[in-house]
Amino acid sequence: MDRRATRRKPAALVIGAGIAGIQAALDIADAGFLVYLVDCEPSIGGRMAQLDKTFPTLDCSSCILTPKMVDASQHPNIELMTYSEVTSVERQGDGFQVRVRQKPRYVDVERCRGCGDCAEACRMKGRIVSDFDEGIANRSAIYVPFPQAVPLKYTVDPDACLYLTRGTCGKSFKCKDACPVNAIDFDQEEVMVDLDVSTVIVATGFDLIDPKTKPEYGYGVYPEVMTGIEFERLSDASGPTKGEVLVNGKKPHDVVFIKCVGSRDSHTGVPYCSRVCCMYTAKHAHLVRDKVPDANITVFYMDVRAFGKGYEEFYDRVKRERVTYRRGEPSEVYKHGDKLVVLAEDTTLGKPVEVEADLVVLATAVVPREDIGSVADLLGLERSSDGFFQEADAKLRPVDTNVEDVFVAGCCQSPKDIPDTVSQAKAAASSALRVLVRAREALSSKVRS
Amino acid sequence: MALETARMTEQLELFGCIQCGKCTGGCPVARKTDLNIRALIYHMLIDPDMDVDAHQELWDCTACFTCVERCPKDVQPAELVIALRGELVESGRIPETVGTALMSIFRQGNPSSMARQDRNLWAEGVEDSLERAKDAAQAGCDLLYFVGCIPSYDQRVQPVARALMRVFEKVELDVGALGTEESCCGNEVRRMGEVGLFEMLAEENAELFRGVGAPQMVTTSPHCFNTFKNEYGLDEVETLHYTQLLARLIEEGRLTFDGNVASEDGEKKLVTYHDPCFLGKQNKVFDEPRALLEAIPGVELVEMDRNRERSLCCEGGGGRMWVEGTNLEERLAFQRVEEAADTGAEILAVACPFCLLTLEDAVKVRGLDEKLRVMDIMELVDLALDEGSEE
Repeated sequence: MDRRATRRKPAALVIGAGIAGIQAALDIADAGFLVYLVDCEPSIGGRMAQLDKTFPTLDCSSCILTPKMVDASQHPNIELMTYSEVTSVERQGDGFQVRVRQKPRYVDVERCRGCGDCAEACRMKGRIVSDFDEGIANRSAIYVPFPQAVPLKYTVDPDACLYLTRGTCGKSFKCKDACPVNAIDFDQEEVMVDLDVSTVIVATGFDLIDPKTKPEYGYGVYPEVMTGIEFERLSDASGPTKGEVLVNGKKPHDVVFIKCVGSRDSHTGVPYCSRVCCMYTAKHAHLVRDKVPDANITVFYMDVRAFGKGYEEFYDRVKRERVTYRRGEPSEVYKHGDKLVVLAEDTTLGKPVEVEADLVVLATAVVPREDIGSVADLLGLERSSDGFFQEADAKLRPVDTNVEDVFVAGCCQSPKDIPDTVSQAKAAASSALRVLVRAREALSSKVRS
Repeated sequence: MALETARMTEQLELFGCIQCGKCTGGCPVARKTDLNIRALIYHMLIDPDMDVDAHQELWDCTACFTCVERCPKDVQPAELVIALRGELVESGRIPETVGTALMSIFRQGNPSSMARQDRNLWAEGVEDSLERAKDAAQAGCDLLYFVGCIPSYDQRVQPVARALMRVFEKVELDVGALGTEESCCGNEVRRMGEVGLFEMLAEENAELFRGVGAPQMVTTSPHCFNTFKNEYGLDEVETLHYTQLLARLIEEGRLTFDGNVASEDGEKKLVTYHDPCFLGKQNKVFDEPRALLEAIPGVELVEMDRNRERSLCCEGGGGRMWVEGTNLEERLAFQRVEEAADTGAEILAVACPFCLLTLEDAVKVRGLDEKLRVMDIMELVDLALDEGSEE
């Protein structure tokens, strides 16, 4: 048990270190308060780290995110707690007592230099599906999720490591033998850390719906049918294919995008619009045009919602890049010879059409994270009927929650794009700062009296 | 008229339609006829006075309900087709063959213009079993077997019902049957738009079933199964399709096979399975028919590309057995049997009387009969039931 003594400085807890959590933490830390930034993954960065380019400016996602990740890790007022989970939050006086479980990495982070010799040597190398790469690449049992990970420290996957799952890994530990700084430590145990904080920001992010809930599109049946997030990894220049868009080893000639997969759909329990798909599909179409100049690109859509700053202009631009937008939600994907066939009605023509494809990309719905219920229970937070965290008032208190001094930011509250997520993170930070300033005043008046 | 359609618009919640086209996009007959259910919904909204008579393509719908399954807004497009057919039925503006089938159902309890007293003809060779089952229905039984019209009268389908009867005997189920008292289930009647007749049949049949009082009911046809399960309000009765019942009996170890369908040199028969719309898409019974097939010694199951939720309709449902439709040339069954042949299977297994008839016909027309044989799963079960019962 590690107990961080109550400091003279009031502190905030930020749960989730995606772009929302990182931004909120930086704003609070810059204002002079302490922030514990907790994430269950081995690295901070969240979903944004998985993206290739960002709409509508086409900035490389990691190029704009990585500096923020580094800032967060080097900020004197931010304590990063990666590979950690909040296990309890108790109201105590004006603040909260929080317990955090730091999972064992089986790697001494003080020693690890991130050289990767261990992963090279691992017996399971290339045999473990990479979650970060959405299953399009494999990794070792000891790994960093991606090359720009922060902290750049290796982690042993307890569900994949031969030693941790079977009690033995050959005659000697390949990873241990390879490590030049003797950082690997299989005796490591989890550590419980108690924190005292005045305010909490919840920024736990989102999941994507399982595309198999729409069996008509053949996901899981045809390798040529993939999700938008898988396409991001495929398209990413620093991803597993170095940005080459290859399907079955070949460049796709006919590419079809299907929007609203699972969104706006009473069958999937996702009645809402996922808000980001229209724009990232436009971005994907642009990326395909960039990488496969002679490709036939078709986007099937029900509506195009290009509502943000610069979005309609981006949509206009992408269409002019010889991308055919056809109105109609496809009904089915099947195989004919070597090609996939997308069945749809082109509602503008008023005719059923069959469009051949080498690659079909599904814009899958943004849904609440699988563990949102347990996070809600932890903090006593209410959820709206769509499953996301319920804000105190949709219009006038958009980052407050039903629990005083607990705020929400990002896609755990509802689907949103990066600009809106960052805005909301800044709003949550500002709300948290009001609590922190009050706490500091209370602390100093106590000292004075 | 305007009043009627205006009410229809409300009842069917057509205002909830977002015109996404997923219904027409997935509609198997939209590709070959003028039927465009998405456009029809739109027309209903902007012009409730539209001339329904001009839409003869309404009779092309097979009631496969792919549109209903896929509509993201719960609009139930196929129900509009049924409702508009209802208008035509009400005013008598219907194809002659539909009229004949409906009249036959009203008078004789079956759509095939056969006499009610001949309804037991299927039981040739299992007459004793049927007699016992009729007595059991009188005395009270665990399971009521609803044979259905096509299995009762159509010589091609009768063996399916007989095979099922032999399984009941072998497993010693306490099974009852209604004999000549059995009447059409009304599933296709409702889908042809004859709501009044459907309601009459449902009422009379339900009363008959309640009289027997069996806690379980099993049907030969997915069509009867569908309406009993979803439209009769028989909450106290568990309705099963025979594939569900037999899969359960196999799982419980009560149904075993002593024979084999493999060829003489022991080579397994390659079998592909066609999901009937009323069993698969509409009632999500996908696994049991496959489990049943795979339990039959000598069967090797191979899937067509379009299977389960993506299975292609055979075009025999929704009253289409009695209406030719507006495009006879491109039959969906042709496409389907080609898909089956492409798998290399020598047997195309089905679990529905309509599928059996439409697909077998298509195999003949396409000249695939040397290559592909259409069989109901029950016929394969029958072959493998007892030692030496093989062909």
